[in-house]
Amino acid sequence: MRYQTDRSRVTGLGAAKTGTSHFWEQRVSAIALVILTPLFVLPLAYNLGDSYENVRAAYGHPINAIIAIAFIITVFLHLFQGLQVVIEDYVHGRLELILIITARLSCSLFALTGIFAILKIALGA
Amino acid sequence: MADVNRGNRPLSPHTTIYRWPLNAIMSILHRITGVGMSVSAMLIVWWFLAASTSQSYFATANGFLTSWFGDIILFLSMLAIWYHFTNGIRHLIWDTGSNFGKRRVYRSGITGLAIAVILSAITVYIA
Repeated sequence: MRYQTDRSRVTGLGAAKTGTSHFWEQRVSAIALVILTPLFVLPLAYNLGDSYENVRAAYGHPINAIIAIAFIITVFLHLFQGLQVVIEDYVHGRLELILIITARLSCSLFALTGIFAILKIALGA
Repeated sequence: MADVNRGNRPLSPHTTIYRWPLNAIMSILHRITGVGMSVSAMLIVWWFLAASTSQSYFATANGFLTSWFGDIILFLSMLAIWYHFTNGIRHLIWDTGSNFGKRRVYRSGITGLAIAVILSAITVYIA
């Protein structure tokens, strides 16, 4: 038996049926990226173009590896959230659905690939 | 009434003859840089994958990213990320309900652009 009334179950959820959760999650990932972006991008700028050995040594270091993995998880989440909003604004109908699902699967795949690659370097395989 | 013949007059919004305010340009640039950086993100993951795979694969990815074409992409990506970074902070401040109004929005826009330029200069110096 439900102790909530039907009215109270749907209050605040709106037409999207998820309320403000998408908006909120996007802000939280944005705040995380305010911290992570300088920590990731500046070392990346330093290491891009360096030799194979130096790059592996840099990202073999736990701090660099952890920051890089945290950045990749957050940035692909934030990227998908942003792409979804842009797609919803400019594309409608079946193509909208196809693009959103494509964006979500691609972001997941690239995030997974990035995490795998950095772990492989960091764990020395 | 929507179906009345309005003649050949331009219809609102007059985006072709209207001078875009700074904040309108910055708003659409936020989206353009955000979507554009999908490519940057994928390239960086490719670079990490190459570095984790083998020396020869790394040479391929590194060779592309350090070529003139790769340099252009990375330079634009760097401008995009610092722009999106500072403009994103403006958005987070707006989300608290503060710093609205024409003058404040203009001022934070100029400030954001200036900080983005400084961060870009630092990044170029490091790279």
